[in-house]
Amino acid sequence: MSAADSLDSFMQQRPFFLAFLLPAMFAAGLFLTALAFVLQYSLHAFIPGSLEVGGFTLDNFARVWRPIYLWVLLDTLTISLVTALATLVLSYPVAYALVRTRRNSVRTLLVVLAITPLFTGEIVRTYAWILMLGSDGFLNSVLEGLGLISTPIALLYTRLGVTVALVQFSMPVMIILLATAIAHVDADCERAAANLGARPTTVFWRVTLPLTMPGIVSGTVVIFAWTMSAFSTPQLIGGGKVLMISNLVYLQGLSSFNFPFAAVLSLVALVLALGALALIRPATRRLEAEVAPA
Amino acid sequence: MSPALAAKLRAGLFWGAVAALLVYMTIPALVVLMTSFSPSELLEFPPSGLSLRWYARALTYPDFRDAFANGLIVTGFASGVALAVGAAFAYLVDRYSFAGRGVLEAILSSPLIVPHFTTGFGFLLLGARLGLSRSYGIVIAAHVVLVLPFVVRSVYVSLRNIDPRLERAAANLGASPARVLARVTLPLLLPGMAGGWLVAAVLSLTEFTASLYVTAERTQTLPVAMYGYIREYSDPTIAAISALLIIATTLLMFAANQYLGLGRVLSIDGH
Repeated sequence: MSAADSLDSFMQQRPFFLAFLLPAMFAAGLFLTALAFVLQYSLHAFIPGSLEVGGFTLDNFARVWRPIYLWVLLDTLTISLVTALATLVLSYPVAYALVRTRRNSVRTLLVVLAITPLFTGEIVRTYAWILMLGSDGFLNSVLEGLGLISTPIALLYTRLGVTVALVQFSMPVMIILLATAIAHVDADCERAAANLGARPTTVFWRVTLPLTMPGIVSGTVVIFAWTMSAFSTPQLIGGGKVLMISNLVYLQGLSSFNFPFAAVLSLVALVLALGALALIRPATRRLEAEVAPA
Repeated sequence: MSPALAAKLRAGLFWGAVAALLVYMTIPALVVLMTSFSPSELLEFPPSGLSLRWYARALTYPDFRDAFANGLIVTGFASGVALAVGAAFAYLVDRYSFAGRGVLEAILSSPLIVPHFTTGFGFLLLGARLGLSRSYGIVIAAHVVLVLPFVVRSVYVSLRNIDPRLERAAANLGASPARVLARVTLPLLLPGMAGGWLVAAVLSLTEFTASLYVTAERTQTLPVAMYGYIREYSDPTIAAISALLIIATTLLMFAANQYLGLGRVLSIDGH
């Protein structure tokens, strides 16, 4: 029996196939069942004062169109869009430095500083921004100490405060996505442009930046979708004055125990997140095809 | 201005901007550290002295002790189960093609996209229906689903990098499939599995939004207990806990970068 035969017979037995498949199917089944319950509750009438639901109805979905809820949706979309764009602009230089530095120590420092915030958890990060933004907080104390302001400026419980915190949380993810794109730019393309007389800034704007466009597009969309499902930041830094859809779900579900309407709102959030990512799929594919013909 | 001077100026501006951005990214953590040593109950910058009283309170506060123990139980089980399920699934995806593979892959990676409050709310309803609302089981199940994509991804990348000739050689020399898996494949996968498990464990330990929905008072994890405290009190106890978490995470990241190569894991190393 030749080596190729023995390998073929080895793979044809498909060892461990079922044993490895069933746990994954069970996990997928659990997740789908959980989501199916959300769908089921969204289609049943709310009975005030009871966790049991009434008969089939579409009224819960109609309720979303009330102006008060539409405003929250619009706020959610606006905050997410501003956060995504600001994160993109602020992350690019860091990602560029991370990939292009020749010093290993600088790279290690940049990687750890850039990535660590991702793993400290949202409560720690959000609490840190409460300390930063409060009227006795760090920023107001520094500005007062420098004599730039005489009374504290309102940052906590404002859209600006929420956005500033959300951008800081989003930068690690954006930096990872952009750095991956920048690391895959063929340095020969940049060298060729430079050899043909392009100045460094021209090389960046005309060669490097366009070549990283897939990373830019996917990073911006990922952060947009991610921010739409942010909860603790608007909850604690918004303090009830800035409401995003996640806060409505919490209010309806865990404060008013209106499970059906909470279910509707969490489905709306799910559809918005999926929609944003689906919208971008063809665009990213086309860009990738253009940029990487190989 | 000479070209050399212009280049220097540009580099200076660029690195200045990078430094400013890193300050923006890290200053909240530094402010937490500073606050955690403050002797005062009220916020004050700069702090009027040095004190460890908030560390003492954080480490002896019963709610936090219970929540930390709960978190270890949940994370221990969830990251272990996710590692086993995820590594097995990554092996299937890498080695076999079968009907429904793409669908299963999409379902198992979708918790990355589905908002955590939707997932948490779904598991809350599921737990209520199964009569598991106050159990660890439903919290662990939710965490397994949430961290699974990270394990699958990490192990899959490692599988791709294994030289198939090593497994072929073992098979040709008469090793049974189980022996090839145990003696050749698994040892080669160890770094990928360790990296995947580490990410899963850290994410589970710090997960908040979904946990807020699925935990009961008896099963609440540390982030949920911290959230409850922030809403009731404004003293720097949370700063002390946060400082401990930030220091632990930073050390862990340096170690992970040293032993696993974060750059390689995230595929952001330059050419």
